Amino acid sequence: MAKEFVARGADLELKQIRKEFPGFTAIDNLDLHVPAGEFFALLGPSGCGKTTTLRLVAGLESPTKGKIFIGGKDITATKPHERPVNTVFQSYALFPHMTVLENVAFGLRQRKVADPLAKAKDALNLVQLSHLADRKPQQLSGGQQQRVALARALVNRPSLLLLDEPLGALDLKLRREMQTELKAIQMEVGLTFLHVTHDQEEAMDMADTVAVMNLGRIEQMGAPETLYDRPKTVFVSKFLGQSNLLVGDVTSTSANSISIDVAGNKISVPKNRAEKHKGKIAIGFRPEKATFSSKKPTATSAKNVIGPGEVLDIRFTGVSNQYLIEVPQLGNITVFAQNMTHFAPIEVGAKVWISWDVENSFGLSDLPAKNVKA
Amino acid sequence: MRFSLGKLTLPLYAVLAFIYLLIPIVYTFVFSFNNSLKTNLIWRGFTFDKWTNVCQREGVCEAFGNSVFIGIISTIFATGLGTMIAIALVRYRFKFRSSVNLLLFLPMATPEVVLGAGLASQFFNLGVQKGIWTIIIAHIMFCLSFVVVTVKARVASLDPALEEAGRDLYANPTQVFWKITFPLLLPGIASAALLSFALSFDDFIITNFNAGSDMTFPRYVYTAAARGVPAEANVIGCAVFALAILIVLATQINGEVKRRKLAKVH
Amino acid sequence: MAFAAFGSANAPAAGKPTRSGKVVIALLAPGLAYLGAFFLTPLFALIMVSLEVPDPNGGYAEYVPAFEIGNYFYVISEYLPHILRSFGYALAATVLALVISYPLAYFIGVKARPWPLLQKLMLTLVIAPFFISFLLRTLAWKQIFSNESWIVSSLHDIGLLAPTQYVVGTPFMVIFGLTYNFIPFMTLPLYTSLERLDLRYLEAGSDLYASPSKVFRKVTLPLSMPGIISGTLLTFIPIAGDYINASGDFLGSSSTSMIGNVIESNYLQINDYPSASALSVLLMGVILVLVSVYVKKSGTEDLL
Repeated sequence: MAKEFVARGADLELKQIRKEFPGFTAIDNLDLHVPAGEFFALLGPSGCGKTTTLRLVAGLESPTKGKIFIGGKDITATKPHERPVNTVFQSYALFPHMTVLENVAFGLRQRKVADPLAKAKDALNLVQLSHLADRKPQQLSGGQQQRVALARALVNRPSLLLLDEPLGALDLKLRREMQTELKAIQMEVGLTFLHVTHDQEEAMDMADTVAVMNLGRIEQMGAPETLYDRPKTVFVSKFLGQSNLLVGDVTSTSANSISIDVAGNKISVPKNRAEKHKGKIAIGFRPEKATFSSKKPTATSAKNVIGPGEVLDIRFTGVSNQYLIEVPQLGNITVFAQNMTHFAPIEVGAKVWISWDVENSFGLSDLPAKNVKA
Repeated sequence: MRFSLGKLTLPLYAVLAFIYLLIPIVYTFVFSFNNSLKTNLIWRGFTFDKWTNVCQREGVCEAFGNSVFIGIISTIFATGLGTMIAIALVRYRFKFRSSVNLLLFLPMATPEVVLGAGLASQFFNLGVQKGIWTIIIAHIMFCLSFVVVTVKARVASLDPALEEAGRDLYANPTQVFWKITFPLLLPGIASAALLSFALSFDDFIITNFNAGSDMTFPRYVYTAAARGVPAEANVIGCAVFALAILIVLATQINGEVKRRKLAKVH
Repeated sequence: MAFAAFGSANAPAAGKPTRSGKVVIALLAPGLAYLGAFFLTPLFALIMVSLEVPDPNGGYAEYVPAFEIGNYFYVISEYLPHILRSFGYALAATVLALVISYPLAYFIGVKARPWPLLQKLMLTLVIAPFFISFLLRTLAWKQIFSNESWIVSSLHDIGLLAPTQYVVGTPFMVIFGLTYNFIPFMTLPLYTSLERLDLRYLEAGSDLYASPSKVFRKVTLPLSMPGIISGTLLTFIPIAGDYINASGDFLGSSSTSMIGNVIESNYLQINDYPSASALSVLLMGVILVLVSVYVKKSGTEDLL
């Protein structure tokens, strides 16, 4: 029965989109391509323009400038009810005066599809809620309402399914469960999903491609692993996980790498992992990629070393410890270490050197608003 | 809060207050069963006659019929016009919003004599003959603002995402209105309509300025007051009262039943 | 409640600019045009009539357009006692209604909170007087306090009233009737604001060493201010213009006539339209001034 919903989604293309509201610009010159059948996440903090982007695609807002294509067809001027697009709303927006079944059948009835109730029942089966078909939405739990909203959108077999923070109202445990379920349903039906979220874990867990949005623009786009391994901007390096950033002028360049000087420390990054090769640049590394030791390790062309620094704080988080280390003139550096043993290897106040592999460094295209050395 | 007089002070006070509020109602009820003659001032024994033969008293039922007719027509128009304004006020941004609010507020802040005298002057200037329709025009005017206030609260509590979901699910604007907005606003519209009917039915002052020779129920009572109001008027008043209270209680109990049902499921 | 409702809940839904212009006009135009034709224009007509003078060539009750400001001076000098009486009665009845309503609204809105059904039933009782004809309930009081009633004869017997004194026809009776008739307009908005009162504020007050009466004055009262304001406006305005209670056929006598009575008799009985209109304009003007001063003073300008 799930086969009923299997359809090839269409691709979505936004060209040069600009959206102004009275007093501010929500989206500025946005270009975006979502390939057919992909699970695509728009990730960003609140107010970054991601929900506006979604509403533009749904037709609930119209762009100030630019064009929107679905499956190659220009739908910029098309009314919401004429677009092959369905939305799972953040608040679910289930119609309180209709039963669950009537909610799911609503779109089919509007399009005068034959046998809407049977198809709606199939959709409820897909989300395992057929036993609640006669309830009113208010009588369902949050997770159940979320699944009804999903069924109500999926049953129309849209070319493109839009999800506006659909898991935002659920508690953490339920949210992780629904992530798995949603991903499984997407694989099953093969539709194009455009998912808007501010939860980086959710985006990385579910999406084939993640676009990180900030201030109305897309900062970086790519597979979750790529984004995490090689962030290109300060914002992405900080929004997706944590990063330590060091800023300095490029002092030497070799065949494969460039190095900067930060308060007398030479920090290198492979050329192919750096956005800029000249002038003042920021080089970053992830806290879990670094280690520390109480003896100074020898810096090599393959290893960056900074220190000595003083351990300011140790935070126990279960699987790992988070160490905050103050390195004079460099600022505070965070290092994660797995709790391989049952005791912390060092204590607060200890003097340590921090090192990490050059190939784990990444060079960013911009500089932090306030340099790390405060 | 703990007052030194003890916990019973407030409940006792409330009981006294309710007795005070209900005294004239009980009085009117009791005297609707009075075996009275022309006037209804002294108790002359119990009878059902006034209830069973209410229309035998000249003019009472005619006045009542006029009031119902005026009430229904005014309510239909006031509710329709008011609902439209309420939707516009909550759902759309526009320039003259505060002026519109002021224009809606003013009729409620204007004493009825002023509304009545003003409209009467208008009709007089235009040479309009006063009658049932001038009364209806007046009633629509003063009910309108009350409808807006009542429906507005309901519109404001309606999640705009519901209408967006309707548009998203292939319903055109007209279908969205009739299948989603209207059914969800219906409780608010219904209470606005009831309020509007009650205001119209009970209005005397504005009506008196804009009526010709046509009687309404309050006008009948007013005219009769000089020489004594017959028990049949009490019958009508009490019947309307009972009906209104029944409607209110029924909706309250219905709401309570729904609430309990929901509570059970969770 | 109605007054406060105009101030709040004005947050428009997320932007729907340009294209909605036509829809807004279509939604607003009929109703606003109606108010323009049958509310605003009549007010203007009233002002015009208030300046008219008797037709020198016409007969009784015929007037011609003019610009006779003197009409206003005439009605003020002629009816000053009525004007003062109206506002005096309205003030007294409003204060009485507030004093009677507040504990009742507090009981329903705060004390009865654990029993929602009881709350609703009590609210029904509060508005019950609305459902019986205004005139009938006023007449009921008249007969309860009539000269032949046992209440009045008992008052005579115990000497609270001199044998020649009666209740109906006195200012006391008129104020009593006005208070009764408009009490629900006071109780409902008070209830609405007290019902929303977060009890934790009261607990916080007590926790911070305030005595119960101090908690009431410093916490409860200020938080219920919106209800007090809209309640007093909703009672004061209709009372100031009322003429049923003060009428000789109901609770009053010729010595209790209010502006409403004067307007009614001038307009409908002796057909002195300019005087009636001038009084109406005055009444409306005074009320608008009072309302705006009151609203400004109480610091809730968003009420308008």
